[in-house]
Amino acid sequence: MMVLRKIAVPVIAMIVFLAGWEALVWVNGWPNYKMASPSDLWPAFWKYRWLFLEYGWQTLWRTVAGLMLAVVFGVALGMVMGFSRTMRDALYPLLVGFNAIPKATVVPIIALMFVGHHDMNTILIAFMISFFPIAVSVSIGLSTLEPEYRDILRSLGASKLTIFRKIALPKTLPEFFGALKVSVTLAFIGTNLMEIVEPHGKGLGHLFDSGKISADYPLMFAVLIALAFLGIVLFYIVVALERIFAGWAEREHS
Amino acid sequence: MGEPLIQIKGVTHAYQTAAGPLPVLRDLNLSVPEGEFCAVVGPSGCGKSTLTRLIAGLMKPDTGEVWLHGERVTSPRKTVGMAFQNPVLLEWRSILDNVILPLEIVAPGMSRRDRVARAEELLSLVGLVGFEDKRPSELSGGMRQRASLCRSIVHKPDVLIMDEPFGALDAFTREDLWQTMHDLRMNEPFTALLITHDLRESVFLADEVVVLSGRPATAQHVLKVGLPQDRTLDVLYEPRAVDMLHVLRDQIQIAQGRTPGKDAA
Ligand SMILES: Nc1ncnc2c1ncn2[C@@H]1O[C@H](COP(=O)(O)OP(=O)(O)OP(=O)(O)O)[C@@H](O)[C@H]1O
Ligand SMILES: [Mg+2]
Repeated sequence: MMVLRKIAVPVIAMIVFLAGWEALVWVNGWPNYKMASPSDLWPAFWKYRWLFLEYGWQTLWRTVAGLMLAVVFGVALGMVMGFSRTMRDALYPLLVGFNAIPKATVVPIIALMFVGHHDMNTILIAFMISFFPIAVSVSIGLSTLEPEYRDILRSLGASKLTIFRKIALPKTLPEFFGALKVSVTLAFIGTNLMEIVEPHGKGLGHLFDSGKISADYPLMFAVLIALAFLGIVLFYIVVALERIFAGWAEREHS
Repeated sequence: MGEPLIQIKGVTHAYQTAAGPLPVLRDLNLSVPEGEFCAVVGPSGCGKSTLTRLIAGLMKPDTGEVWLHGERVTSPRKTVGMAFQNPVLLEWRSILDNVILPLEIVAPGMSRRDRVARAEELLSLVGLVGFEDKRPSELSGGMRQRASLCRSIVHKPDVLIMDEPFGALDAFTREDLWQTMHDLRMNEPFTALLITHDLRESVFLADEVVVLSGRPATAQHVLKVGLPQDRTLDVLYEPRAVDMLHVLRDQIQIAQGRTPGKDAA
């Protein structure tokens, strides 16, 4: 019953949304270059189904690679800042400044720096745009660990590493996953930014761009939908991982 | 008897704060013989928690020495158990796994089966059978504190240091836990140092009550309780206990810088 509800509610919401969209276009009599309707999209998807698969895969793996890099780097940075006050004071302004730079301006710079390395460029942007929330959440999680938690093990002579493994790490996991949910979307935006601003002939961003060039409006809309779909998939993968590794934290909020 | 198990020799300690050093303990001397239960009372903020951290080796005193079991304490030791006012249970572990935690540090070679058996033994002593697989958030405050007590002695420490473990509980639950404390001690003797705000608690549980003066704290008064080991709560209503409570109350007022017997309005 609960499972059915969990699936049925979002599916119905989706159908209502699509129906509303279709009706809006139909009532206004908009041509498809102004606003494509869902019924225009299926032919576009079908026509380009192999391209969607190929380019979708390229976008997906580069996003995931960038995100993994962001996790490794973000967690390491967060640990450094979480454990050392000095490092926190030193790195925080730098980090905030870096994060404030609009990444669209970084795209051409990266593209120039690594000419021809399309995959690397794209992964790099995805990484750069998404590591910030992870680093901040891990550093806050670690630095706000109540001393009593540490003292349970410290009073037994446990090593710093043991305390990290048994207390600090699990206690920070809910914050980490909260940040990862933000980062996964950001990484996705980063990948597409690179694909659209500096088209390399790869990824859904490129497909969007070619739709633009050939004035194939339904294709452009279909790409947007495909992007939304991939974004949802990635997001819920993170949610599933959160359930597995930090499911214990859920009860506290409900 | 031999030499005292806990010995604090002329300990002076100050915290470095933004407003300069804050002296917290001054020339504090205290000793607890093996197997004895010592309660420490004193005005709020006088340095009681600081004292527990020094004994546990979590901090070093500016001057003076802390000795446990004839050895000078310079760092934390595996033979100490600690319990705090906040039960600090790990929410991602079951009650059973919370109790087992110290064994993972102190006895890495111990098998899971032995660990579970040891934890079960304590959980049944404190009446938590059937709650092993629950998460801490599913237990009441009193039950959590029981679990926390089990965790603090699961590795059979020779010293148990408790910093107001019953402070956040309601009066009835607290009295229940006093009884639990007695039962635990009857079952496996340990030397205990209990910080408390509750004078009745100190008289009921301890063999000796130390009153600390206001900050910077020093041992202002030591009261030998001398009640029989197997006490019940009734003992608190006997004249000798009432007299002791009076003495302690007067001493606390002195420590707070007031004249004993005259309550401020
Ligand atoms: N890490 C610290 N840095 C600076 N000052 C501290 C620190 N810890 C405690 N203090 C100060 O030292 C004094 C003694 O603190 P402590 O926690 O030992 O008191 P306490 O007797 O346990 O108080 P309470 O009865 O309220 O628990 C307090 O005035 C407190 O503000
Ligand atoms: Mg205290």
